[in-house]
This record gives sequence, structure tokens and C-alpha cells, in this order.
Amino acid sequence: MLSASIQEQIDRELKKYPADHRQSAVMAALRFVQDEKGWISTDDMSDIASYLGMPEIAVFEVATFYHMYNLKPMGKHTITVCTNLSCTLCGAEDTVAYLSSRLGIGIGEVSADGKYGLREGECMGACKDAPLFTINNKKLCGRLTHEKIDQILAELDKS
Amino acid sequence: MINIEIDGKLIETERGSTVMDAAHKAGVYIPHFCYHKKLSIAANCRMCLVEVEKAPKPLPACATPAADGMKVFTHSEMAVKAQKGVMEFLLINHPLDCPICDQGGECQLQDLAMGYGGGASRYAEEKRMVMPKEIGELISTVEMSRCIQCTRCVRFGQEIAGQMELGMANRSEHAEIVSFVNSAVESELSGNMIDLCPVGALTSKPFRYTARSWELSRRRSVSPHDGLGANLAVHVKDNKVMRVVPVENEAINECWISDKDRFSYEGLNSPERLTRPMIKQNNQWIEVEWTAALEYVANGLRQIKAGAGAEHIAALATPHSTLEELYLLQKLVRAMGSDNVDFRLRQSDFALETQGAPWLGMPIAELNSCDRFLIVGSFLRKDQPLIAQRIRNAVKSGAQANVVHAADDDLLMKVANKAIVPPSKMADMLAQILKALILRKEAAVPAELLEVEPCDAARAIAQSLSSGERSAVLLGNLAQQHPEASRLASLANQIAELSGARFGFLAEAANSVGGHMVRALPESGMNAQEMLKQPRKAYLLLNVEPELDMHNPDLAMSAMKQADMVVAMSAFRHHASEYADVMLPIAPFTETSGTFVNNEGTVQSFKGAVKPLGDARPAWKVLRVLGNLLDIPGFDYDSSEAIREEAVSASGKLDNRVESVSYKAGGTVASLERVADVPIHFADALVRRADALQKTPDAAPPSARMNGEVIRMLGLNAGDEVSVGQGSARARLKVQRDDRLPSGVVRIAAAHPLTAGLGPMFGEISVERA
Repeated sequence: MLSASIQEQIDRELKKYPADHRQSAVMAALRFVQDEKGWISTDDMSDIASYLGMPEIAVFEVATFYHMYNLKPMGKHTITVCTNLSCTLCGAEDTVAYLSSRLGIGIGEVSADGKYGLREGECMGACKDAPLFTINNKKLCGRLTHEKIDQILAELDKS
Repeated sequence: MINIEIDGKLIETERGSTVMDAAHKAGVYIPHFCYHKKLSIAANCRMCLVEVEKAPKPLPACATPAADGMKVFTHSEMAVKAQKGVMEFLLINHPLDCPICDQGGECQLQDLAMGYGGGASRYAEEKRMVMPKEIGELISTVEMSRCIQCTRCVRFGQEIAGQMELGMANRSEHAEIVSFVNSAVESELSGNMIDLCPVGALTSKPFRYTARSWELSRRRSVSPHDGLGANLAVHVKDNKVMRVVPVENEAINECWISDKDRFSYEGLNSPERLTRPMIKQNNQWIEVEWTAALEYVANGLRQIKAGAGAEHIAALATPHSTLEELYLLQKLVRAMGSDNVDFRLRQSDFALETQGAPWLGMPIAELNSCDRFLIVGSFLRKDQPLIAQRIRNAVKSGAQANVVHAADDDLLMKVANKAIVPPSKMADMLAQILKALILRKEAAVPAELLEVEPCDAARAIAQSLSSGERSAVLLGNLAQQHPEASRLASLANQIAELSGARFGFLAEAANSVGGHMVRALPESGMNAQEMLKQPRKAYLLLNVEPELDMHNPDLAMSAMKQADMVVAMSAFRHHASEYADVMLPIAPFTETSGTFVNNEGTVQSFKGAVKPLGDARPAWKVLRVLGNLLDIPGFDYDSSEAIREEAVSASGKLDNRVESVSYKAGGTVASLERVADVPIHFADALVRRADALQKTPDAAPPSARMNGEVIRMLGLNAGDEVSVGQGSARARLKVQRDDRLPSGVVRIAAAHPLTAGLGPMFGEISVERA
């Protein structure tokens, strides 16, 4: 079952679309689930499908098409490092290597305490700040150096 | 109309059509994979790229609207280069395993690679691999690596089958066709995806690796199952049916067939096939020659006629028998002086009499253009899968479907209004709709409707029907098997008349209409039910398994057990071995020539595809010889065509007009009543023995289905074992919760061994904890 707060958020989203186009809210619905749970299970997809009156497989298509949806638990803080061209030219490989050594995990992995997950991402449209990563797809951190990464991780450790 | 030019040919085509449509019209072939005339345009394979004058780059013919004066080149340098390029890309990840591929020899990709591809690939790197998925018993996805992502299977599910069960997960080179968490595909039309797949990614599980396409000879035939009469191609190797595929007939089955039509052939090769005539002597079955068996039958019939009288001879046939067989059976029985012959085995109200043979009331193809439907008492998807598909199509383009039924099964289409009531309330519901219509039209209210007060649903249905221009009122299988079938038909007929709608019967089986046409039913004698209620001395059974094919299996079995002589003409060994005296092996539809008359009255003949198995013989030949042995004149046919000619010339017309009967029900209403469906894969003897179909969810063993309220009222829980009873007839079943049922009913499927000990398909039933 979708939680009451997710249902409420979806209902608000649904107002943006014609009443017979409920499936237009599928991307938002997936986002709400991920925001609450950190990832989206196939059970959640079934729940979304029945809530929006669309086929389960159609929800699955959307969830697997967009890489920002986590299809497995990715830790409390999912760090997504852009590894596209501009960032790579500016040292994204080093960012990944440093994060890996600090967190003790590779790309696609979650730290043993479940606190951090590391992902590889596509261009975030902020190349002027390369190299960069996002935290939980929400907060963009750019112009990364080892010091800056230490500082960000220190803050995340506290939360 | 607009004019366009393709490869120098001037073509007139409709405004809004595509370049592909125009090319088809002109007979110009443009290579394609994802395009299919019955599916939406995806334009994702890019194989149909053509050059269009003044366009800077090649355009996909399937998605480019034809414009007046457009000049298209399908073989220009630009077009050929584009097609070659696309083919090279398609083959990058496609395994070149044609020699061991099941699709080899009938593969679109193989053919087009031959015509449009290069001799060798420049791609030398590793190809991608897609892991196989389990999607059920009918479709294999073991070689999913061959998929070229045309998405025809996905679109078929969404647009034709009405349920999206396959989808494209992930993207770019990780994209793959999957079902949701490996769930099995359940659609009753799923096999069509195998035909649609242009490569060998989706293959037929029962057929794969049993024959190569070029070893097969193709024989045309007609489906022996539902009333549609789908056109089939039976593929044969070494005198054995290897598979069945559709033959396109736009007026009947378009290019689809149901899974039952496609996979039932497995039953033809079942180990249960009866291959030798057998006689029971001293309680032992012994194999005999045909002459001995038929002499035995003829003598037995003569003795009973001389002793008990001709009226003690009774004949029952399933409506899956051919026109020739039904005609000869009634001719034989009547010539012997009996009138006890019937094929309406699951009917219970024989007051239902139409002026002629009841039929659809319109051509099948016209269903697509109807704008209002009232479907009364039909498990539409399972009983008539492709008629459901046509109605679904009509609903998609704006038609309104209204339903009066005893179960709210998902029709996979938008239902405008529905009234889901117990069977005993269905006539009342129709009366309410009729009254609502009369009030709308301000016509005079007949006396018996004065006290009827239309409910909201009835008013809404009346409103919907009267707002249409091309409406149809259709009576389904349940409505015809219903104990008040004549009342339902009379009311439905009046509703149709008042709303200007067509009135039609959905035919239960392949030859239901044909059975009526050749009058394989009593004129003055006993009908299928009377023959059992007043047991006869001799029964001739044609294709019938009484405990599965009849309205009241309990009654049928007790009649069989009391009889002096039961002659079972059947393609299969079945329970007849317990009560019959003679078993005659007759040929199923692939082993005989014959004729079926489908729902719209089209007479479709077919020839045998293979020789009869063992000593089995076509039933028309068996009946002919029996006629000769009984010295009945006019039994000297030398071909089934001769019988057909005589049968058709003597046959009645199609006419749905019914006598008006009082709508008021006589009996008292039971507190708990039975609703029986005939599950799609148990409806006839052949499909019951088709292995793969028997493993699908549609063939799950029946349970006692009730809604939550009924379960609570009876103090039961879902999953409990219960004993259900109709009089002394009992069966043990599991309780299943089904909130799509109305209160006051228990839904228990008929036609299954688990429920074969029960009584009639409708009426009072008791449920107790076992």
C-alpha cells in the first residue's frame, strides 16, 4: 500500500492532468515513493499501477528507463557522480576514486551501514561546475576537490 | 483523395494515409519490421526508410503521411543506402544463428537481410546477450537475444488483447522485452505475438524444434471451437499435425486466432486418442473390426426399436460436430422412427424457440462499427475471444458497452454501464431496462411491466442504448444456457426492437448455427434434457462426454448408466468406458472433411489435413455405413460434399425472431444459487486434451467462488475446503474469494472433472464445510 502522504502527493499531482489521463502522474508517483523509501520496489510499482489504473509493466518501463530511480536500496544518501564528457575532462574519474576510497564502496554499491550509496550519472546540465555530483537527486555539489568532498561528507555524517 | 507517385507509379490514396499504405495499395513492397497494419505506428525499426523528393534525408514510409504530389523512391541510391545501413545496425546485435533458429525459413529478418543486407558485417565485437524470461507455457523467450525491439508484441497487448503484459524495460542497448517480474502472459490471444514477432525471439513453446517450416505442408481448415469459425492453416509433417496458425480473413478472424484455436492441436496427438472400434463383452473391452462393431450397433438399435419402441432411441451430439455429421445423425434417428435428437447439450430452457436458426443477427465485421452494445449473460472474453476483441475495438473508437451478467469479469474494455445480478434476477433486470426504454420513448406500458420500477443502472443502460445509431443487443452463452433463456431472449428482443438495435445470439460452438439449420433438434420428440429425465434405452453419443458437455452432468450420468445400449462415437477414450457398450473411434476435424456454419451464418467447408489415426474414421462415413446396415434409403453418399449439398438445400434460414413470453419467473428464488461458466480450455473434448493449454492459468481447477460477504455469511474463509451440493449431487471444492460476483451466488465452473458430479449449471446450491 502507498502511504497516506504519498497518496496525497499523487492526488495533488493528478490535478495537473485531465481526469482520464491518470497515468500522466507516473513519474511523479515514482519520485514520491523514492523520496519516502529511498528506492522503488516492484511491489511499490504494482501499488502505483493500481492507484493510477495503468498496467504494472507500463510502470516498470518508466521506472527502468530513467536512471534516477533507484531499483534497489541505495543508502540514505545516494551520491550520483556525473561521468559524462565535461566532468571527465575536469577529473570525474578522480572524484569517483576518492569517493570510493572514502566510503569503501564502488559504483552501484551501498556502504555496510546503509548510509551511503554511490552511482554513476549522466550529464546534469551544469558543466560549468564540473566535476560534480548530486545527493539524492536533489542537491547539486560542484567544483569538487578532495577538501570539498571531505567537507560535504562530514556534514552528511552528522545528519 | 490525393495523388502520390511511388517509383514512378501514380497512386491515388486517401488523405491522411501514409506512404506505406499507398505503397501497399500499389503493390510496391517497402521492407519493414515494426509496421503492422493492425497495430499503431511505432517507426522504431527504421527499415522502411525511403527517399522523398525535396526531403533532405530518408523518411520512414510507415510514419510519413502521404501528401498530394509527393514523389517517393524506394530503390533510389539514398533509399538503398539507408536500408542497407539500417540492416547493418539491426544485425549488429542479432545472433547469426539462423541454421538452428526455429524461425529460420519463415523469418522476416532473414528474408530482408537476404534482400537488403550486406554479405558480411563490419562489426567484429561481442554481441549483447539477453537472458531468457519465463512468460508462461505457450510462448518461449529462450532466444530473446534475437529481439530487434520492434515492440509489435507490446503493442499487440495494449491495442488488440486489451491487456499490456509485455513491455520494454531499460533503454538503449540494455532495452529488453519483459513481463512484470516474470509473470506469465495470461491473455487468451497471446499466441498471436508469436506470429507477429518478425524474428525468432518469441517462439511457440509446444511447437519449437519439432519441425522446420519448409518441411511442413499447409492445409486450410476452420476452427472447431467457438462460434467464430476462425480460418486456420494446419501445418502437417509425416501425416501429423505439427502446429496451427491463422489464415487471414478480414470478415471473420482478421489475422488473429485465439490460443485455443492455435494450441488445441496438441489434443489431436493425445495418448487418449481412441484408435480401434471396441465392444464391451462380459465387462471386458475388446477390440473388433469396424464391420463387427457396426453390425453390433445396428442389431442393438433394431432390437430396441422392435422391443421398447423407436422412441427409446436417443441421439446426442455436441455442436462441435460438423454439419454433415449432425445432418446424418438426425436423418438416421428420424428414419428409425424416433425424433429424439439434440445438440443443445448445455441448454436448459427449451421454450427458447427462434423462427429460424439463431445467429449473430449481423455480419461479424459489423461489430466494429456498432456504437452501442448490450451484452447479456456472456463470459465474453473466454467464450468468444475474438468477438470480444472486435467489441473492444469498437469501444476504443467511442462505442459504449453495457453489460447485464451474473459475474463482473474484466472484459478489458471500458464498460459504460453494468448490472451484475444473480442469474435469477437477470430477467427482472432486462424487464427494468425495457421499462426504462418504454418510459423514454413514451410508449404504452404493457400490463406485466406496470409494477416494474427501473433502477439507476437500468435507466443508464436504456439511456445509452437509445442514444446510439448502430446498436446491438447480444445474448451470450450464459443467457442461452440460463433456465429462463426464453424470457431473457424475449426481453432482449423487445429491448432491441424498441431501441432500433440489432438482436443477436453469440453462438456457443463452431457449429451451433449449423445444428439449428439442419434441424438436429427435436420437432416433436424429446430435447436434450427430456431424453435424460425420462431415460431412454439406447443413446447414440456423437463427440459427447455427458458428464462434461451437458447442462446437468448428474442427470446425464444416471441416464447413461440405466441405458441398455450406449454407443459412444468419439475421437477419445473417456468415461464412456464405464457405461458404454460400443466405442467407435471417429476422426477429429483435422482428419475429416466437413463444414461448420459460423456465428454470422457463413458456411465454411474444409478438407481433412491428415489421414485418420489408426482405425478412426470420419463420423459421416460411420453414420453412412450404419444407415446402410439399417437398410435406410438415401444413405448412399460417396463424399461429404454430397451430404453437405443435401443438408444445405434442406436447411432452415437464419432468423432471430422470438415469441414474446411472459417475463415473470415462476419458481421461488433460492438463497444461494449457482453460476456456472464453461472454462475456455474445457469447453470441448479436443481442448481438454491439449497439454500446454491445460497448464495455463485459464485451466486452473475450478473452485467455489463467492464474494466476501457470502463467505462471511457462511462462516467460511477463503481457501477452506467445502462440500457443495445440488440435491444428492455433490463436489468438494476450495473456497475462493471473488468480489466481482454479486451476493447470493456461488460460481462453480462446469465442464471439469472436479465438478462433473454436480447437477444443473444454475439454480439452488448448498455450501457446507467439508
